[in-house]
Amino acid sequence: MEISQSKQDVIQKTKQYKKRSQILEVWRRLKRNKAALIGLAIVILLFLMVIFADVLYDYKGVVIKQNIPNRLQHPSLAHPFGTDELGRDMLARIIHGGRMSLSISLVSVAFSLLIGGSLGAITGYFGGRIDMVIMRIMDIFLAIPPTLLAITIVAALGPSTINLVIALAVSSVPTFSRIVRGSVLMVRDVEFIEAAKAIGATNRTIIIEHILPNSFAPVLVQTTLSVAVMILTTAGLSFLGLGVQVPTPEWGFMLSSGRTYIRDHSYLTLFPGLAIMATILSLNLLGDGLRDALDPRLK
Amino acid sequence: MSKQQPLLEVKNLKKYFQTPRGMLHAVDDVSFKIAEGKTLGVVGESGCGKSTTGRAILRLVEPTSGEVNFDGIDILKLNPEQMRKMRQHMQIIFQDPYSSLDPRKTISQTIEEPLRLNHIIPDKNARIERVFELMETVGLAERLFNTYPHELDGGRRQRIGIARALALNPNFIVCDEPVSALDVSIQAQILNLLKELQSRLNLTYMFITHNLSVVNHFSDDIAVMYLGEMIEMAPAEDLFTQPLHPYTQALLSAIPAPTLNKKMDRIILKGEIASPIEPKPICRFANRCIHMQDRCRKEHPELIEASTGHFVACFLVQ
Amino acid sequence: MSEHTTTAPIPTLEIKNLVVEYRTEDGIVHAVNGLDLRIEKGKTLGLVGETGAGKTTTGLAILRLVAQPPGVIVDGSIHLNGENLLMKSEKEMEKIRGKQVSMIFQDPMTSLNPVTRVEDQIAEVIELHEHLSWNESLAKARDMLELVGIPGERGVDYPHQFSGGMKQRVVIAIALACSPQLLISDEPTTALDVTIQAQVLQLMKNLREKYQMSMLMITHDLGIVVEICDLVSIMYAGRVVEHGSLEDIFNNTRHPYTEGLFNSLPNLEDRKAKLKPIKGLMPDPSNLPPGCAFCPRCDYAMEICHTDKPGKVYRTEDHFVECHLYSEQNIGEKVIGK
Repeated sequence: MEISQSKQDVIQKTKQYKKRSQILEVWRRLKRNKAALIGLAIVILLFLMVIFADVLYDYKGVVIKQNIPNRLQHPSLAHPFGTDELGRDMLARIIHGGRMSLSISLVSVAFSLLIGGSLGAITGYFGGRIDMVIMRIMDIFLAIPPTLLAITIVAALGPSTINLVIALAVSSVPTFSRIVRGSVLMVRDVEFIEAAKAIGATNRTIIIEHILPNSFAPVLVQTTLSVAVMILTTAGLSFLGLGVQVPTPEWGFMLSSGRTYIRDHSYLTLFPGLAIMATILSLNLLGDGLRDALDPRLK
Repeated sequence: MSKQQPLLEVKNLKKYFQTPRGMLHAVDDVSFKIAEGKTLGVVGESGCGKSTTGRAILRLVEPTSGEVNFDGIDILKLNPEQMRKMRQHMQIIFQDPYSSLDPRKTISQTIEEPLRLNHIIPDKNARIERVFELMETVGLAERLFNTYPHELDGGRRQRIGIARALALNPNFIVCDEPVSALDVSIQAQILNLLKELQSRLNLTYMFITHNLSVVNHFSDDIAVMYLGEMIEMAPAEDLFTQPLHPYTQALLSAIPAPTLNKKMDRIILKGEIASPIEPKPICRFANRCIHMQDRCRKEHPELIEASTGHFVACFLVQ
Repeated sequence: MSEHTTTAPIPTLEIKNLVVEYRTEDGIVHAVNGLDLRIEKGKTLGLVGETGAGKTTTGLAILRLVAQPPGVIVDGSIHLNGENLLMKSEKEMEKIRGKQVSMIFQDPMTSLNPVTRVEDQIAEVIELHEHLSWNESLAKARDMLELVGIPGERGVDYPHQFSGGMKQRVVIAIALACSPQLLISDEPTTALDVTIQAQVLQLMKNLREKYQMSMLMITHDLGIVVEICDLVSIMYAGRVVEHGSLEDIFNNTRHPYTEGLFNSLPNLEDRKAKLKPIKGLMPDPSNLPPGCAFCPRCDYAMEICHTDKPGKVYRTEDHFVECHLYSEQNIGEKVIGK
């Protein structure tokens, strides 16, 4: 009876001093940053567009269906962004192209974050010989420009969407491992890590519970920046014909095929270009805002 | 020193660090005992190895050689898993209440962590109950349960650090400058808390500090360290009334006393602490010592028992 | 204190009713709230208080170095040798800083430029204020180094080649290079070891005598106050709550806060004596209590303390206290600490 009474008390008390939700706190801090909010709004809009792309425009019937009589029409009510050299609606292709660009870059960033992040965390935390070996290998990779590395990988594996993702992921693993390693090194020597050791935390616990959450901020910013870079690289590779293959719409590829008509039909390059720009800008704004909002020390 | 069976006995503890310019002798052949329920104060200036000694005893840095017998077990021989279990009995309180707490964890999470990690209390609610109990023990208001460290002042943060150390019911706590970063009025609050906890929970302390008036107030025995070596060790009373080593004498005379009544003759040491890298086998204090003789530059003085319980390493008393 | 100004010689520093606020997004931080301070020529005043009492802000305000924004000097006057520094233009202040008033900070590393030789750093100040040639300035810089106990030939070294105590000596050399009339020292020895602290304090005492300098010693350590100060101001929540000579403050303590500070210190004579800490915490400077700022922590607090701010009560010409416990009638006796 007495035990359950005190148990009741505890439950009562924890309710009373309920933790303010972390996410709400972050949101409260993010709200103050107007630029980040604009970024967030554009990102949400983009994702909605991409998710509901099929509802907006039928893929087979509109996006990849050639309609030569309609070719190269300037923007109008029927085709707000005009039509391309094969008569396909540009707006539809940009929305569906965004689906391609975004998913390629998100998936490849996720992969390189996972691989590069783990490598960075391990090398940073343990140091010594492991650090030496892994980081020298990363240095070799870093010595090759990431785009060139991606081109080489795609060229070797053959152009396809999957290979593009692999190439992109591999090419940014070194960057992620460097960034994660750097922030882990910074956190590793702070006293609370020693304190965790003293209370009997294992290395795994220390890395997962203390080091990673505290080195999260710079990594997050790098992640959003990387998504942006990936979109650009995807566009670049597709522009060179090494990325997404016809007739799949993709922003970079659209930019590339539009350049022939740039003099008379500048909208063919303008709109894909704007789409890339808006995406990258909004991701960067959001990333910066999140970094500040995620730091509990800045209220 | 007490005749009781010591809880902690350190023998010939050494910690050397490899540096580009040679071996840095951070802790050089240090031996001492602490009886259960007592406090050993360790004083010395920055770079004398006092903090490293504390961390080496807990194996937060791996000692180069020596023995650390805790309750009869040489903990330097334990494997990592055994050592992890041993840590429940030996804890540490850190100097900086800002960097010793994870900024992303709430107070309750920080205090709960040791209980959770060591599976002491498997039931979540019972664990939380213990957290409330610990918070009360160290004088933290219940309403702070879910606040973050950055929302609190230094004194309260230091209380969190103490609660975390107490969570595992340790017998022995290394207090590494626990009040140096705090304001005087808060300092006194924390010192009183530590004293009260000691008598209530029968804790044994190793109290590391550079503040001599604090160590005098707090300790049963005091050890003075200089450049990695222990140069004098005695019961607190003895050490303050009859310091034997010229360095201890200078150190004591340099404390600015907040009183007008006593004007001490100040011994102002010349020069500064020498390099701890590859020290020569001579007296390490010789270059600053006002009583320096030829011998001090040729031989290394050993720690001897000058009078009962009063150890000193100086040729003046040999 | 104003009645003395007409007869007494002009003090080196006289601050009246200084109010400094930091206006931040989260509210106004009342750092200094009507501070009065006076240092006669050649005297050293110890400004004692805990973190957040407004000591450093006061020091920075004298040099007009309070960061603006968010800092604002709202009210008051700061007279240096009779001239109001708050009326000076930024150009004129630049001439005063380093020449007439110098400041030493707690951490010597942050006040030295890590990529410039120390003698150059000293010579720069001399060249700027004394209008000497570079070579003359360099020569004087080396003299200054010798003066603070560093061999002149070490002037070609960079700050990282010096230990903490030596760096603080270099900082002192820079501060004294142009023989200022007032030296503001903000916790100059807090980062140093006891034996080095003793060296640096000794050096400061010698130099003070040599230059007939006035000093404002900002510290939290009452031991250092005994060592080097003539007068003491105890600061709490942006106000001087008790002021007097060493004798007044140490042997005729009046304010409960001052008493609390003494009781918080371990007694070297009687090691078994239990510490009597001041309960509670410093008030939040953006939300000060309406009455006496110390009353939430005070063992003697009365009803009036919660509502009215106490005024100054003088025990002697120099010694005053701001506390409702005292009036003209009972200031002669000690009503606390029994």
